[in-house]
Amino acid sequence: MYQENSSSWTFACYTHDVPENGGVCVKVNEQQIALFHFTRIDAWYATQNQCPHRRQMALSRGMIGTQGEIPKVACPFHKKTFSLETGECLNGDECSIETYGVKVEGDKVFIGI
Amino acid sequence: MRIVIIGNGMVGYKCCEKMVARMAPGSMEITVFGEESRPAYDRVHLSAYFAGKTAEDLTLATADWYAENGITLYLSDPVTRIDREVRMVYSHQGLAVPYDYLVLATGSSAFVPAIPGVEKEGVFIYRTIEDLELMTRWAPKAKTAAVIGGGLLGLEAAKALIDLGIKSTHVIEFAPRLMPRQIDEAGAGILKAKLELLGLSIHTNKNTTAIEGGEHIEAMSFSDGDRLKTDMLVISAGIKPRDELARASGLATGSRGGIIVNEHMLTSDQNIFAIGECALYNGMIYGLVAPGYEMAEVVVNRLTGGDKSFTGFDMSTKLKLIGTDVASFGDPFISGEEVKTIVMEDGYKGVYKRINISRDGKELLGGILVGDAAAYNMLLQTCKNKLVLPPNVEDLILGARGGEGDAGAGVAALPDEALICSCESISKGAICSSVTDGGCETVEAIKKCTKAGTGCGGCIPMIKDLVNHSLKAQGKYIRNVLCEHFQYSRQELFDLIRIHDIRSMDAALDKLGSGHGCETCKPAVASILASLWGEMILKKGNATAQDSNDRFLANIQKGGTYSVVPRIPGGEISPDKLIVIGQVAKKYNLYTKITGGQRIDLFGAHLSDLPSIWEELIEAGFESGHAYGKALRTVKSCVGSTWCRFGLHDSVSYAIRVEERYRGLRAPHKIKSAVSGCIRECAEAQSKDFGIIATEKGWNLYVCGNGGSKPQHALLLANDLDSETCIKYIDRFLMFYIRTADPLARTATWLNKMEGGIDYLRNVIINDSLGMCEQWEAEMQLLVDSYECEWKAAVENPEIRKRFSHFVNAPEEKDPTVQFEALRSQKRAAEWK
Ligand code: SRM
Ligand SMILES: Cc1cc2nc3c(=O)[nH]c(=O)nc-3n(C[C@H](O)[C@H](O)[C@H](O)COP(=O)(O)OP(=O)(O)OC[C@H]3O[C@@H](n4cnc5c(N)ncnc54)[C@H](O)[C@@H]3O)c2cc1C
Ligand code: SF4
Ligand code: FES
Repeated sequence: MYQENSSSWTFACYTHDVPENGGVCVKVNEQQIALFHFTRIDAWYATQNQCPHRRQMALSRGMIGTQGEIPKVACPFHKKTFSLETGECLNGDECSIETYGVKVEGDKVFIGI
Repeated sequence: MRIVIIGNGMVGYKCCEKMVARMAPGSMEITVFGEESRPAYDRVHLSAYFAGKTAEDLTLATADWYAENGITLYLSDPVTRIDREVRMVYSHQGLAVPYDYLVLATGSSAFVPAIPGVEKEGVFIYRTIEDLELMTRWAPKAKTAAVIGGGLLGLEAAKALIDLGIKSTHVIEFAPRLMPRQIDEAGAGILKAKLELLGLSIHTNKNTTAIEGGEHIEAMSFSDGDRLKTDMLVISAGIKPRDELARASGLATGSRGGIIVNEHMLTSDQNIFAIGECALYNGMIYGLVAPGYEMAEVVVNRLTGGDKSFTGFDMSTKLKLIGTDVASFGDPFISGEEVKTIVMEDGYKGVYKRINISRDGKELLGGILVGDAAAYNMLLQTCKNKLVLPPNVEDLILGARGGEGDAGAGVAALPDEALICSCESISKGAICSSVTDGGCETVEAIKKCTKAGTGCGGCIPMIKDLVNHSLKAQGKYIRNVLCEHFQYSRQELFDLIRIHDIRSMDAALDKLGSGHGCETCKPAVASILASLWGEMILKKGNATAQDSNDRFLANIQKGGTYSVVPRIPGGEISPDKLIVIGQVAKKYNLYTKITGGQRIDLFGAHLSDLPSIWEELIEAGFESGHAYGKALRTVKSCVGSTWCRFGLHDSVSYAIRVEERYRGLRAPHKIKSAVSGCIRECAEAQSKDFGIIATEKGWNLYVCGNGGSKPQHALLLANDLDSETCIKYIDRFLMFYIRTADPLARTATWLNKMEGGIDYLRNVIINDSLGMCEQWEAEMQLLVDSYECEWKAAVENPEIRKRFSHFVNAPEEKDPTVQFEALRSQKRAAEWK
């Protein structure tokens, strides 16, 4: 593990721990981070796990996909969707989510916080 | 130019929005004073607060929006004095702000009649978010509640009380009927019957004389000597314009309240306008938002040098939310020599429609719709735009009979000026041109680019029709495609997936779609794959394409826990199995409840406990109940001939047979069934997707019934069937449905859209008119034979089992944010914030 940019990288899990085209929740310090893998294009994203709508710890259990070119996640509770790149809510609501960097080395996945 | 706006409600905000859009930046200084603590919100949809909308959801624009647009906004600071001489306003908190023009948008407050005892605790009004918060806090203590006022708002408040979980809710109306200002006596009679079915008790001709109790309300008494015990009361007896500030400043006001304005919205002072629910124009207060918006338009137009005038406004309304349609338009009551009235009353279905036509049959003057207001938008437009009426005028409310034809010419006949969205005053022309020139091809896009449909939302069905109409006119083929990733309807996709032998979500995207899927197409494709191949739904690769409940084989609950619903076929369960359910619930601390589907739900399970819970249940002989899936749910039964003195056949055994045959079957939506042992119908089979009732000679098979939000009785498909034939018909029926229905369409909706209706369906199922029956029966048999309990497969597969943990890097830890509260002797999910 090494430092890069200003954020520090924390080991999250192994690549095979994350389901194909889906997400998992990672405990980083006392925070809950949602980690997603788009297997088809091998792209990784990380966001806060809490959905800002009703403050449910659920985004990692949401369904991922795209809207146009934007990768997104839909919250399992009321299907609000968020851009995985900017964290912006794609249903036009005011709320948004934090996004974090992800780095993969071999079969290890790191999250930048 | 310095402008001060007093009141930051819906109309005050609209005025800001229009000023920002139309006045040159820097040309004016706008200051807004609001008495409430939050920036203007959508009062029209206030009741949505009880359906889960938050205060933020209802906000029209955030405080940042005002700042970004150079508007100074003071909240929680009412203006207390206007000095018209020096043109200054003074606020409660001591601010003094000068103006060149002043806009009063102070709205209304609820009118509270002077009944002795109104000050008691537990008496509420229904106007602001604070009022709703107070009600929400009080409601858990209340078993009975009452509403004074059976008008538009009163009925909305009554619905809110039901939503708050109050068991017994009463509506008290002074007039002899409900909604006296909108509908006539016959319509009110039908409405009353409908509302009583929703559980409301309606009392008309009732004059409240006192509110009794100590600190808080305990009962109400009436002039006729009656008394009603109640723990809570909402007063909704009308509105009272907030004209106190204007009156104190010497502006002219009406004798019954309201700030008098002329057609330019000017008060008796040339520098002061009044708009919205505080303005009295031509002796009238307009208690709706659309006329208020029009008034704001007049003011902004005047301030920017225009000469627009207010000329009154249509008061047509459609009641929302109460669970039954009510609408009135034009002049609903007009009668006399020059008017012909057509009335349709269906006491059985609870539908009443009245239209008033000019004597020569050329013009629609107004009308009333109760129980079914689907035609409201079109009738309103026909009335407002004086559209030509069909040759048989009654078609307007009865539909064209003896064929599928459309009554009237639909949206195409409307002139371009026809106002479609009256809240935002957007015309048909504007909507159509944003489709043809602006490239807006969906209702969402129209909302974004024109704002049409963003007010009360009543015009949305019509916007949808206009979008389709304009697209068609451009020669664009409108197809019922799934979403941006698949340019096919579900039925086309079903056939393509079968022909190409596609077995995974990724393969479907690669071969037939584009992009990476979304929450619309993924569950639809996953469901098709399951219906076609009958493979375990959590098979590697497809697990994450399942709707989130399917993905974890359980329904997600408030707070993030899950429910566990074992299958209890036909509702029959042995004492031993009951004991196991009790033991498991105790061990994992689960809330238990008998469901409406004759089985037992265990709520509040942590994700990581699910596999162990199911392991124990499976050990005791239970299997998945598929309560999470678009799949067969329950086959309810009545006790039937084994015990009941009227029973004709053994309905329990037959229900179990049916349930075990179709368990696990995936479909476009959930499917429910029931078997009754005789025509007394204790299993409610006629409200199910397919229902079976014993007859002297065999079974009657009913199909396409629905409970839920739009209940519909099932229709008789075939009678006096023997047990084998009945199953054969159900096989065919289900396969036909699975292949051809749209995603998330229940069988009732599917049939409603089917050309030829039940006769066509009967022909397909019984006479095999499509020649498919043999294939369908074989396909069904394949699915029946490939059934396995998904939970059994899941707990036995370490790869799948591993997915049931909250933290991937700390699988033994539970989600620390999950919280419960105590409830009676059990627990409940903590209320969400
Ligand atoms: C548990 C139960 C309520 C209860 O405590 O009794 C229930 C609970 C839910 N129902 Fe229901 N329904 C339950 C019986 C019913 C019934 C009664 C029946 O089946 O006889 C109906 C009306 C009959 C019908 O469906 O035609 C019913 C009509 C609905 C509807 C409206 C469907 C419609 O076509 O209008 C929904 C919404 C939907 O499916 O889209 C719904 C949706 C739901 C959901 C899944 C809402 C959600 O998304 O979270 C609830 C999940 C609870 C959970 O987490 O487990 N539930 N629901 C009942 C479970 C029955 C069972 O044993 O499986
Ligand atoms: C539950 C409910 C449902 C409704 N449903 C519908 C519907 O379906 N369709 C429809 O068309 N209409 C509906 N209405 C009516 C609609 O909400 C009103 O017509 C609309 O809100 C009027 O807007 P307004 O700005 O004139 O008044 P308001 O929205 O009441 O705003 C006035 C604001 O001014 C503030 N104020 C008053 N005096 C002062 C002062 N001195 N200084 C500073 N601020 C002050 C008030 O606190 C308030 O915030 C409904 C209303 C309610 C309550
Ligand atoms: S259980 Fe059914 S009726 Fe009850 S709140 Fe949930 S969805 Fe609504
Ligand atoms: S909690 Fe996420 S959408 Fe409501």
